[in-house]
Amino acid sequence: MLDLRDYSSLGEALRAALEQWPDETCLIEADRERENCRLTYREFKEAALPLARFLQNNGMVSGTRAAIIMTNQSKWLISAYAIFYAGGVLVPLDYKLSPAEYLQLLAHSRSEVLITEYHFWRAMTQADGFNDFKVKTVLVTEAPASADLKGALRWEEAKAAGEPVFIKRERKDWACIVYSSGTGGRPKGCVLMHENYLEQCMALTSLYPFWPGVRYLSVLPTNHAIDFMVGFIGPFTCGAAVVHLRTLRPEFVRDAFPRYKITYMALVPMVLKNLEKGLQARFDELPKVKRFVFDRLRAINRKLTRKRPNLKLSRALLKQVHAAFGGELRALFVGGAFMDPSTLQFFYDLGIQVANGYGLTEAGTAVTLNDFNPFRSDTVGRPLPGMEVKIIEPDADGVGQVAVRSKTVMSHYLDDAELSAETIVDGWLMTGDLGRIDEMGHLQLLGRAKNMIVTEGGKNVYPEDIENAFEGLAVKELCVFAANYIWPRREMTGEQLIIVLNPEQEITDALKADLMARNRRLPDFKRVSGYVEWQRDFPRTASMKIKRNILADEIRSQTGRESAVKEL
Amino acid sequence: MRTQEQTLEEILNLASNHFKVSREEISPDDDFFKKLGINSLQALELLTRLENHFSVELPDYEIQGVTDFRTLAERIQSRL
Repeated sequence: MLDLRDYSSLGEALRAALEQWPDETCLIEADRERENCRLTYREFKEAALPLARFLQNNGMVSGTRAAIIMTNQSKWLISAYAIFYAGGVLVPLDYKLSPAEYLQLLAHSRSEVLITEYHFWRAMTQADGFNDFKVKTVLVTEAPASADLKGALRWEEAKAAGEPVFIKRERKDWACIVYSSGTGGRPKGCVLMHENYLEQCMALTSLYPFWPGVRYLSVLPTNHAIDFMVGFIGPFTCGAAVVHLRTLRPEFVRDAFPRYKITYMALVPMVLKNLEKGLQARFDELPKVKRFVFDRLRAINRKLTRKRPNLKLSRALLKQVHAAFGGELRALFVGGAFMDPSTLQFFYDLGIQVANGYGLTEAGTAVTLNDFNPFRSDTVGRPLPGMEVKIIEPDADGVGQVAVRSKTVMSHYLDDAELSAETIVDGWLMTGDLGRIDEMGHLQLLGRAKNMIVTEGGKNVYPEDIENAFEGLAVKELCVFAANYIWPRREMTGEQLIIVLNPEQEITDALKADLMARNRRLPDFKRVSGYVEWQRDFPRTASMKIKRNILADEIRSQTGRESAVKEL
Repeated sequence: MRTQEQTLEEILNLASNHFKVSREEISPDDDFFKKLGINSLQALELLTRLENHFSVELPDYEIQGVTDFRTLAERIQSRL
């Protein structure tokens, strides 16, 4: 791999990689059984530089903010490289957001360029708020020939002749603005510097190296910090290849393993659990004798790999299982949310290493990672090289808020000095998660200190961001909470949102019906699962903001979770 | 050519069979995530079943932001 200490920016490191491995494959894009494209590093460069020149001809200079809203595909990475080459700051937005949310974040980030897929663009142009759209240059991919592009240009035609000028960026310059959450009231745009990414890449690849010939299957959205790192920067700075699938149907993802001989893949707990379920169903269908033999082999593998993994041995013992994964799989990375230990154990017993870790966008992706020395399913591993982790004000059990200090920690939240100052204190990132460090140096997570939840799909949900969905409800006042914030539980699973209602009179059936109807209009991961009736005025600041922590204290001191929360 | 109502009815029947939920329990404006008790991955499974049934190819993005059977039927109808 490249020695990233020698580079000052992502653009510079990627440029060197394209020169170093011109004939290696860097990208494969498949759509069902069809292969859309396969590019070498040379071909990738030939696709990206005319786009970089086009962006420069259209006004991109050092620091210009350029957003990408695309599903995982080759044009995502080509566009990102062109932006870095031309000195831009990348704003990778979640394509799973709604069109109104795209517009909100494009405005908040003050993006001057947008690169997106046609159907996302079409939805944006039809959304409320499009009249205020201010992005100067919009490039859309795969637009039908007859489509009315509403002022946008075709990505496929966005090529300009002549060598683009490579714009040098420094380590402390902004590389990306990544929204960790908060599309409702308060967008949280993490400003990440080039140094953050270069240091994170060095830390991760020291444990999980890439090299030419390695193939990473990219299914997590590339805008997500994990995929951006292990599905772009990591493999590219090592001469490896990234495989994109245009459909994420489980059957096509399954087929991709043997077809492309996948080495690594990152996924969220929900997908890993689904994979476990699918495999278990197949094991359960085995005829009795075969099942007996399989169970014995699995038990032998478990015993022989108790202290450390032995991939060669596991592949030999459990040949068919490993063949289903293509025979080349070295590890699955799981992140974005808490992973159930039993699922980790299930895969480890099969000889499939699931690199379980802990991280957050604000810390530049991963902070800790399981190093399999030995395998522990009950922790999120040890801090990666270069990461300092400490527990703030630990209680008698050693449990307190997890704080992180490293060169991977973001610069600040975009345009939010107050939140930035609360989050980064004396150089330490306050994660808002509760944990303890055990005698082996492993971090164990035990709940949250902050009012938020993380879904199994890896989405951060802040209660205040969904309150506007309930505005107009016939109550005096309302407030949404993470249930665990009011009634803390030392666990990371089964997190729920609840709404506290202070009704004028009492909660009628009509009010309940309205509450349920509004709830249903929210995406499933943002829904409240119950309500609490609270017949007292909420404590408020002088500027009439709800004092959430005090309200939570009051509710906790008066009622228990089981008796207070009525299910919806 | 099916009417949109027929398409909708076939989707409801198919979802009811596939996820083993009584047909009477689901109706066009129901949130299928909630009614069928499924996650986004299982929704993609449903999409595959619908593709096979209607012999159309539906990109993943066609189901993005869709939560009820009626809208799903509209999306499929436009591709028939």
